[in-house]
Amino acid sequence: MRDDLQMVWLVARRELRDQFRDWRIMTPLIILTLAFPLLMNEVARNAVAFINQYGANLIVDRLVPFSILIIGFFPITISLVVALESFVGEKERGTIEPLLSSPLENRHLYFGKLLVGIFTPLVAGYTSIIFYVIIVSRQHLHMPDAYVFVQLFMLTTAHAILMVSAAIVISVQSTTVRAANLLASFIVVPVAILMQGESALLFWGNDQVLWLAVVAVIIMASLLIRVGIAHFQREYLLGREFDTLNLRWMWKTFWGKFKGEAKTLGSWYRLEIGRAMRQLAVPLVFIAVFAVVGYLASYQWATVNVPRLLPHATAKDISEIAKNVGQSAGIAQAGQHLSALFIFANNVRATLFVFLGGIISFSVLGVLAFLLNIGLVGGVLGIVKLMGYSPTLIFVAGLLPHGIFEIPALMISTAIVLRIGAVLVTPQLGKSMGQMALELLADWAKVFIGLVIPLLAVAAVVEAYVTPVILAAALKQ
Amino acid sequence: MLNSLLMPTRGWARVAGYDVVTHGAEVRASVGVLTEQHGLYMRMTGDEYLEFFGQVYRLNSKTRKSRRDYLLDYFGLAGASSQRIGQYSKGMRQKLALARALMHEPPVLLLDEPTSAMDPESARLVRDEIARLKSSQRTIVICTHNLFEAETLADMIAIIYKGRILMIGTLEELKQKVLGISEYEARFSSNWNGEKLNLPAGVMLVEQSASSLRFRVERPPEANPLLMNELMSKHAPLMAFQEVPRSLEEVYLKVMADAQASHAEMIHA
Repeated sequence: MRDDLQMVWLVARRELRDQFRDWRIMTPLIILTLAFPLLMNEVARNAVAFINQYGANLIVDRLVPFSILIIGFFPITISLVVALESFVGEKERGTIEPLLSSPLENRHLYFGKLLVGIFTPLVAGYTSIIFYVIIVSRQHLHMPDAYVFVQLFMLTTAHAILMVSAAIVISVQSTTVRAANLLASFIVVPVAILMQGESALLFWGNDQVLWLAVVAVIIMASLLIRVGIAHFQREYLLGREFDTLNLRWMWKTFWGKFKGEAKTLGSWYRLEIGRAMRQLAVPLVFIAVFAVVGYLASYQWATVNVPRLLPHATAKDISEIAKNVGQSAGIAQAGQHLSALFIFANNVRATLFVFLGGIISFSVLGVLAFLLNIGLVGGVLGIVKLMGYSPTLIFVAGLLPHGIFEIPALMISTAIVLRIGAVLVTPQLGKSMGQMALELLADWAKVFIGLVIPLLAVAAVVEAYVTPVILAAALKQ
Repeated sequence: MLNSLLMPTRGWARVAGYDVVTHGAEVRASVGVLTEQHGLYMRMTGDEYLEFFGQVYRLNSKTRKSRRDYLLDYFGLAGASSQRIGQYSKGMRQKLALARALMHEPPVLLLDEPTSAMDPESARLVRDEIARLKSSQRTIVICTHNLFEAETLADMIAIIYKGRILMIGTLEELKQKVLGISEYEARFSSNWNGEKLNLPAGVMLVEQSASSLRFRVERPPEANPLLMNELMSKHAPLMAFQEVPRSLEEVYLKVMADAQASHAEMIHA
């Protein structure tokens, strides 16, 4: 362990020294780190003064936490170039080969580069923030309290770790610095959007959600680091010289995996779907456990907390909630007729959301979306119990007829997303990331088209035409 | 592949006793590599650079210092050790890269096109240094397209085509195998009509002129002294006796032509 840390530090120290000697990195970094706080301060003051001319009642003090968040973010985006260049830059300059030919392990190289990648933006970000705080303190503006400061520093740190870990993944996978820089927008833009949400939370003053954002960003960063190290291959760094968009290869890879060895639809179901389902056995067990825990937790929460909350709710609150529930999920637009097609489209949309959320977050958001759906069922049944009905009756008569198809469909589509996340963070020797992504996409498409869509179609028909009849009959009794 | 950077699709290789697939780290620790691109960090000084790689190869500080001083001195870089590598000439850079490859005293040295893209003077400098490194304690593998370099430096030569070794052996063995039995030429200081010579076994006269004779000699170490004795005994005005030059280039071109022809035949079939 000590030896590992020494080697990581050795790689990092050399790189740091190299950077401090490179005026092309240091000059813009120093200028922007020091100039941006001044600029931000002036812009904020003038903007508030300008708006207040027209009768608004804004005070500059309210902008200070928001400004700190922005000021910490900008130097990070500028020094991201260090991380983006870390591997591909060395490859382009031809200095990577002696390093790869040495007994340094992959983890030494990777974490050494990561350390430098994180260190530079953080020092720049912190310096900028401290400089801004000094400027603000001299203007006698109201300073945020220590708690908010800690939160802002944590957010800045989390942003830096997230962006740098993504940049290092890009740097390992790119073949040229140019390609890496082009791909950087895929890091900066989402983090900028994330910051808009965090800024809203800052103005809103919801610090609990902000802490959750810090934790979520750090989890994301950890997963990215895991993906990066899992797919770090010396061979890949040296072997690939150029990127080409080979549509024929992409299609062949996808179709080869999707069709597999099957010749007919029957054999496709027997061989390929069978194989896909066997691969999903372990993820399905996890999903089943999540489902049971999620269901029980939300059922419990609803039965315990709702009675406590209800006496405090005013009539206005209740009508507001009813209005919001009515507007959610397009129920209001559906009117009186929840057609099979509407239900089917809605459920397909939900499973697609699980997939999309899953692939951008290594399955975390996908599983969360699944838990949300399951939690909703638990919560509704909890309220049903509070209303004096039997939850078992409602479950059997109102949910089970279509749920017997719908719940497995939802579980399967979440399990495949969980598997995709697990495969992404596991080393796959001899495969490029592109090949792996295409194969995983084919696996998902196989299960989605072969199982999830048919199950959801049957579930929609049952939910539209059979469940209401059974539920009505059960409630009459 | 021999440095455990690229994985073989099939087959195996052992370097310094370690398997390249299963013991990558040990292989890399036993090998010194010099590639076509020297791969130096231009903002470091020569001294810092060797110190860094000494640490990478886990040498203790005392060994690092002594190896650094020795190598810088050995390659004539001691005077420039505190200069940034960016200020070095091409030859100096390649010599420093060679010093890096030798820092941990590897039993195996892999040199990939060590002098390509270098001016003749620098190339000569580096070639001389490689020749100085030959020792019974070290295996040096040079991959090169420069046949003169191979001829000058190598004890054993392998010709590789499409990933297969077509031929391997000493320079003499390759020449004999590809170009046939060696020929020797006797040159005379004045015209000599050439009395009837009693040629030793395995020697055949292949060409004759007033000022020279050319022989095909099967076993030169035994036959040449006898042949020269014979010439002297016949009072030939012998001025020079030497092998007719045959370069590695001739061997290479012939081997490649044969290989390409048989490859084309295979595709045709």
